[in-house]
Amino acid sequence: METPNNRQHILDEASTLRWEIGENLHDTLLESIYQDAARVSDRVVTRVGEKPRFDWDRTLDRVLTSRWLGFPLMLVMLTVVFWVTISGANVPSGLLAELLIDTFHPGLKALASNAGLPWWLDGLLIDGVYLAMAWVISVMLPPMAIFFPLFTLLEDFGYLPRVAFNLDSIFRRAGAHGKQALSMAMGFGCNAAGVIAARVIDSPRERLIAIITNNFALCNGRWPTQILIATIFIGALAPPALAGLVSAGAVVAIALLGILLTFAISWALSRTMLRGEVSAFSLELPPYRPPRILRTLYTSLIDRTIFVLWRAVVFAVPAGAFIWLIGNIKISQMSIAEHAIGFLDPFSLFIGLNGVILLAYIIAIPANEIVIPTILMLTVLSARMTGIGEGSGVMFELDDLAATMNIFNAGGWTLLTAINLMLFSLIHNPCSTTIYTIYKETGSVKWTLVSSLLPVVMGLGVCFLVAQLWRILG
Amino acid sequence: MNIKDSGACATCPAHNVANLKKLGVNMESADFVIALAGNPNTGKSTVFNALTGLRQHTGNWPGKTVIRAEGGFVYGDHHYKIVDLPGTYSLLSTSADEEIARNFILFGKPDVTVIVVDASRLERNLNLALQVLEITDRAVLCLNLMDEARRNRLDIDVRLLAKELGIPVVPTAARQNEGIPDLLAAIRQVATGEFVCRPHRIESTSKNLRLALDQLVARLEVAFPGLTNSRWVALRLLEGDARIVEAVQTGELAGLVEPDQA
Repeated sequence: METPNNRQHILDEASTLRWEIGENLHDTLLESIYQDAARVSDRVVTRVGEKPRFDWDRTLDRVLTSRWLGFPLMLVMLTVVFWVTISGANVPSGLLAELLIDTFHPGLKALASNAGLPWWLDGLLIDGVYLAMAWVISVMLPPMAIFFPLFTLLEDFGYLPRVAFNLDSIFRRAGAHGKQALSMAMGFGCNAAGVIAARVIDSPRERLIAIITNNFALCNGRWPTQILIATIFIGALAPPALAGLVSAGAVVAIALLGILLTFAISWALSRTMLRGEVSAFSLELPPYRPPRILRTLYTSLIDRTIFVLWRAVVFAVPAGAFIWLIGNIKISQMSIAEHAIGFLDPFSLFIGLNGVILLAYIIAIPANEIVIPTILMLTVLSARMTGIGEGSGVMFELDDLAATMNIFNAGGWTLLTAINLMLFSLIHNPCSTTIYTIYKETGSVKWTLVSSLLPVVMGLGVCFLVAQLWRILG
Repeated sequence: MNIKDSGACATCPAHNVANLKKLGVNMESADFVIALAGNPNTGKSTVFNALTGLRQHTGNWPGKTVIRAEGGFVYGDHHYKIVDLPGTYSLLSTSADEEIARNFILFGKPDVTVIVVDASRLERNLNLALQVLEITDRAVLCLNLMDEARRNRLDIDVRLLAKELGIPVVPTAARQNEGIPDLLAAIRQVATGEFVCRPHRIESTSKNLRLALDQLVARLEVAFPGLTNSRWVALRLLEGDARIVEAVQTGELAGLVEPDQA
């Protein structure tokens, strides 16, 4: 019968036998499996008639993964997707803002004053929490509701593995795993999901590289920032007819820079902290499948859009309250927010940002989604603008891009500030959810710290360099 | 993704979908646990959604499911809990997703393991199927993506395949909800023991290996009487699989023996 002694015996015997069989047990075993599989399938599968003469899959693959056309087509597709998103989201965003902010907000304020709510409660709940939520919904819902279905359609069609195929050789040259292309693609949706997706990579070394660099895949919480800033500052440089396309181009450029950084950092890591061999793998290119449009619309709305939006709202609630509080609690005549901005300003301006942006990034660690509302509110606060928003500490929406531009001007923004904000939005610490996910996946404080701190330091460095170049050239 | 339950078919007792009640994530008091295994991108998640009514995101790329998804359904008189395992090409290496799949099939003791394979790439998919059959002897082969196989003008002798593998084989096209009723029936038959599988076991070509295996299997069967996959355990021990070595050392393996055989 079974006893501990008995069990140890079995293990000892296994070790002895292992030596007798020799090293190639694994290969022998695989060979037997393959032989059996081949034998069975030979017996049961027959081909009826000729193969269809025109093979769609192969023809498409020849184009989409071709050496010359693969990359340009990827760029074109990405640009078109962003362009449709940017130009399609404007109108619904404005309508939502009009409804939630111009109509509901004053209504709520009136209700509150009729009910005799104390000013601080009314401010905290309606000017803080409600407006934060309203902002997040009106800014994020339309682009997400357009972008996610488009992306999901491409995914359903079978395009993502082709992207991985195109990028594979570059990842290998960077000393990383080709499958990192898949976790990176996932990161374009959500970095926390991308970090989990790195599980498909077998080797711990390459998996760590994938986890650390996933943050350079621009997650959807950061698109609204990119899209808004690109529209206001970059699109404005072009003639109106081209503005949409130029803005989309700027966003694509930032996304591409993220991919480049992914390669660069993977390369650097695999030559310093995470040295090792590149492991081989096989990537199956699945057949192209006609996407089921209605179902895709449904699932991408439920699984992605609503999921991400809900997350943003959940984080916006405490952030809205917090911003209202630091905007309204005063220490020696100045609000806490103004103190903090004044403290951060010298350093921030030196690296081509401003104190408002850095403070916003500190407040927005839980969720990148609330960066823009926070920045707008803090700018109004610190520039002591009047007649915009509803007084101090109020997150507001400006459906009119020109009005948003005015605020940025009042805050002393320049084209440099805008470019650096776009860069810093790409290169900064992951959000707290992602940091926690990295910790859970790696189980290591060290790698969690590396993944969190490396990008911030890099981001500050990049902003500094760009600012110096700007000042030299400008 | 609605099962077509209208028309004359729905009232016919042969149309089993009429008896399917999708429970979503409600899996309380399950009578049977079903595992969904298979290569990446064979439509496991689509089968999962068709059975549970959940809408787990499906995507046309390998490696989409890296974590387990669970759901439930009622079919006939039984409650089923179904676990969607990460798609893997094999159960022999040690990446996180393969280990999740392997450990669940072995230690989670599912009542039925449904192996979802791509009918148009049968040979490659059978590699995994054969490995699963080494671990468990209660399995159903879901021959999915039959629509694509047809498009590629492939004809598959389903009965012969079932005979070769020793388990029920059900052709399906889960995206179109084709074959789901038959799949349910096969799952029920294996779960209730109405159908007893005689799974195909891999024949080893190496004489040395065979002898070593025989010796270890004999030992294992003494130490863990009733162990149904002693040959596979022996193989893993020979390969020095840390998780299996641990299971032998701690005696955890004894817990895998079917109660009525112990």
